[in-house]
Amino acid sequence: MKAQLEAMRKTAEEKIAASKNRDDLESLRIAYLGKKGELTAILKQMGSLSADERPKMGQLANEVRSAIEKKITEFAEKYKEAEKRERLALETIDVTMPGKDMTEGHKHPLSIVLDEVKDIFIGMGFQIATGPEVELDYYNFEALNIPKGHPARDTQDTFYITENVLLRTQTSPMQIRYMEQHKPPIRILAPGRVFRSDAADATHSPLFHQIEGLVVDKGITMGDLKACLETLAKGLFGESTRIRLRPHHFPFTEPSCEVDVSCFRCGGTGCSMCKGEGWIEILGAGMVHPQVLRNGGIDPEVYSGFAFGVGLERIVLSRFRIDDIRLLYENDVRFLSQF
Amino acid sequence: MLLSKKWLNEYVKIDVGDKEFTDVMTMSGSKVEGYSHEGEELSNIVVGKILSLERHPDSDHLWICSVDVGADEPLQIVTGAQNLKVGDVVPTALDNSVVAGNKKIKKGKLRGVESCGMLCSLSELGLTVHDFPYAIEDGIFVLGDDCDKTLGLDIHEAIGLNDMVTDFEITPNRPDCLSVIGLAREAAASFKIPFKTPEPTVEKGEGDVNEILKVNILDKKDCYRYAGAVVKNVRIAPSPRWMRERLRASGVRPINNIVDITNYVMLEYGQPMHAFDLRFLEGNTVNVRLAEKGETITTLDGVKRELDDSMLVIADQKKPVAVAGIMGGEYSGIMDDTKEIVFESACFNGVSVRFTAKKLGMRTEASARYEKELDPSGCMRSLNRALQLVQMLDAGDVVNGAVDCDCSEKKQTVIPFDAEWVNRFIGIDVSADEQKKILESLEFEVRDGMIYVPFFRGDVLHQADISEEIARFYGYENIPSRDFSSDTAGKFSDTQKLERLISNTLLACGLTEAATYSFISPKFYDKICLSPDNKLRKSLVIMNPLGEDTSIMRTTTVPSMMDVLSRNFNNRNASAKMFEISNVYIPVEGSDLPDERKTVTLGMFGEDCDFFTLKGVIEELMRVVGIKDYDVKAVSDCEYLHPGRAAELSAEGETIGLFGEVHPDVLENYGIGVKAYVASFDYATIEKYSDLVKVYKPLPKFPAVTRDLAFVCSKKIPVLTLKMAMAKAVGKYLESIALFDVYEGAQIPSGMKSVAFNLVMRSADKTLTDDEADTAVKRAVKALGELGITLRS
Repeated sequence: MKAQLEAMRKTAEEKIAASKNRDDLESLRIAYLGKKGELTAILKQMGSLSADERPKMGQLANEVRSAIEKKITEFAEKYKEAEKRERLALETIDVTMPGKDMTEGHKHPLSIVLDEVKDIFIGMGFQIATGPEVELDYYNFEALNIPKGHPARDTQDTFYITENVLLRTQTSPMQIRYMEQHKPPIRILAPGRVFRSDAADATHSPLFHQIEGLVVDKGITMGDLKACLETLAKGLFGESTRIRLRPHHFPFTEPSCEVDVSCFRCGGTGCSMCKGEGWIEILGAGMVHPQVLRNGGIDPEVYSGFAFGVGLERIVLSRFRIDDIRLLYENDVRFLSQF
Repeated sequence: MLLSKKWLNEYVKIDVGDKEFTDVMTMSGSKVEGYSHEGEELSNIVVGKILSLERHPDSDHLWICSVDVGADEPLQIVTGAQNLKVGDVVPTALDNSVVAGNKKIKKGKLRGVESCGMLCSLSELGLTVHDFPYAIEDGIFVLGDDCDKTLGLDIHEAIGLNDMVTDFEITPNRPDCLSVIGLAREAAASFKIPFKTPEPTVEKGEGDVNEILKVNILDKKDCYRYAGAVVKNVRIAPSPRWMRERLRASGVRPINNIVDITNYVMLEYGQPMHAFDLRFLEGNTVNVRLAEKGETITTLDGVKRELDDSMLVIADQKKPVAVAGIMGGEYSGIMDDTKEIVFESACFNGVSVRFTAKKLGMRTEASARYEKELDPSGCMRSLNRALQLVQMLDAGDVVNGAVDCDCSEKKQTVIPFDAEWVNRFIGIDVSADEQKKILESLEFEVRDGMIYVPFFRGDVLHQADISEEIARFYGYENIPSRDFSSDTAGKFSDTQKLERLISNTLLACGLTEAATYSFISPKFYDKICLSPDNKLRKSLVIMNPLGEDTSIMRTTTVPSMMDVLSRNFNNRNASAKMFEISNVYIPVEGSDLPDERKTVTLGMFGEDCDFFTLKGVIEELMRVVGIKDYDVKAVSDCEYLHPGRAAELSAEGETIGLFGEVHPDVLENYGIGVKAYVASFDYATIEKYSDLVKVYKPLPKFPAVTRDLAFVCSKKIPVLTLKMAMAKAVGKYLESIALFDVYEGAQIPSGMKSVAFNLVMRSADKTLTDDEADTAVKRAVKALGELGITLRS
């Protein structure tokens, strides 16, 4: 019986080694290890063995069984692996074919930059305020130290609805409107549409966007203004960006400045974008004029503040190197889908 | 404002490079727009002298010249000019030189004769006869005695074409800087060089001006001061070269000595001057008064202008001779035979000048200065400067004295000197001494704790203005940034968050964001077929629009969106799916300001778009903003929508907006050759019904039972009716009803349709049995049966 088991094991192992696939293996498993298989047949002879030999023979039979099972498993793994490889080879596709259409829409470039600016200021403790686009002359001009007949009105060609109602030429009227309704500390950003009667060309648009900022509190200084604008510049144009404040004049701030950022293309060495200057002007700012604070119902002896106004289009045009402002308002999807 | 460096150097000697000069001036507040050197494109042109002239053998007009340019050998140059003679000294462009217009000159042959350069005319140097009145226009510029005739000398040097000109942007608050003196003061303070405004003096002349000239200010509100002086025996001639040079550098054309003096003084002191010919001043009287209604004047530019009674004029006894502060009348000017003149140095009300200039549509150098409010105390200084120049140029005999009518307020602005306040306000630490020095360098007086503001600085009124003076000369770049930390919490308001959510949802649905103008043409309402009495036509009208297309404030965004779709269609874009969140402007009875209503507008066309594409976006939008019980109802009376493909979106009976397929007539008006879809929703109404609160609903523990049901009904019955009837009948086990097919055609009677739903039922606390499910389905079938709708067998 021992010889029988040994012989069976040898033939079984040879046949397994000669098998071609998992079906062959399955037939062999049934033939040797199945209920009606060869091993079972041999084991039926166990009854004829002595009580001494029985356990030995039983052990041997188990060894033979596990040896055959192991061999079958080993080959099964091998065939499975080969079949998988074959299947994967068959499943090869042309990965250069285009993907399925999943297009999201495109945010307008003005919104892309405006959202960035808002997020930067939210981080500095600002809130966002909005106000009317059709505005009273009082808020747009008078309360900002620009009475009728003031030459500064010439620089802002105004659309009028009536003598006292106009399309706001700047977002600065929000300064007064917000101060009238709120007490310091004030930190607001007021973005929005503004209007000037400039015929549309590559660099002018009768409608464009400004982003007004206003901070009023006790002890606010120009040093705070500088720090605030540095955060804006670095947030928009990168950590290495520097800013430069140049003295300027606005009727509603004193002192006033224009603010340049180091050119974000050349880093300040001078290129075609910054016209060799190394600097790009992006906004106007200053300390809120005492009379403007008073007009907003805030005592300039107690509080001080700063304000700034950013031209959104100017930043958008230079950021994306768009050479014609009209593209922003033509809404051609070939343009918008680039963003 | 163009500033001649030579002129500036007469008052403040500044010895630094161009870049440093312009940078320092910019950073102290006089912004430099640019700078250039006169004649900078000219190169390799020198002074030469004609040694001989010979006819060209093969030409009847060319000359062969031998020209001494200070070199060892004379040059041979062929010229076509006919105004030369031996001994003339001329600008000579050498081989490899550049003349005006960037024209390169090289050695060459002219009809076989070698020419080693070119002799230059004025225009080839970029000049005109105004710069050198003795030269001729169409010939070679023969240098006169006012030029350096050293042979071989560079031409820039020889004729004084070597100034540096800086272009300053002067802000409207600083009319004092519209002058050489003003900028000299700023430059001196910037470079820490002492400076004091000069006080010109006039040598004693003859007679007494009061016996010749009478001045009456009749409108004291609009004329602060009027000073006049008289010059007799005027000798009209060209001005000397130095004066012509400076005028040229300042962008002013030299004319003759008297006119040039008026311009020179204006540029130097910022005070507009005028010279009248005394012959045409009837009664030798100047009356400064308002014009009478209907009065006319023909101004120096030859235009006859009608005046009104708000306009200030300079008149003699009978007629206006000048529009005050703007332009003189045609007979007031200086002519070749002018013998006696009156110089005017006056100060007018800026607002009055500005309004008059605007009404008459003429803005001049003078009016641009006056409208910024000039300093009346400067009138006499400028008048004296003019008389001093007359004497210096020997342009006439000055009559002693001046008629000076001064009704200006002479109140000086005085501000307490509080260095600490300035330091606190700006955030710097500059000693009182240092601050005093800065102020004094700008001719402010600081004494006894007070600051006395000079009269020419009308812009300085408060402590804050003083702080600007300190800050800009201390240097904005030296102000330290301070940690700008915050006690306030930065956050978006709920409505701002909702707006971003809506925008992001629409983007995710594949719509691209547009930005359109707020103003439209009234004709756009016709284009979207609004009936004549549609209340949307009532719009705010812009009084002074750029054109009809942008002349009213829109009350609907639909025309704007149609415009966007139309442009994309015309640009041959296969499809466009757009949205915009922007305002409409609804006039409000009894209010100055309109109701600005934020509107969400959607628009689309293209192969992948139909009504249900648009509706799908709207449904997703409603889901995201949390409006669960919205209602969609067919409407047929929206003028710009297809009557059979239009719907109203509402919540709790309140309209959110309309959407649907654009009416074919509107498509035709916009030239759109395919179907297009548009929606517009009122943002505030969306916000009103929006509910962003999310509460977790436990995941189901028991399986669902699903049944597919198809019904046959009249085509006219909306799917929603079936769905709602089923939902009601199924009752508490209902989880969802989804439409999956609508079919018309074979096997379905005409006028009927088959509608198939997928019904899902589930119980939260047990597994539904088939019996329970079937009972519910039976209820649904029965309910529909009552509406005449049958289960499709």
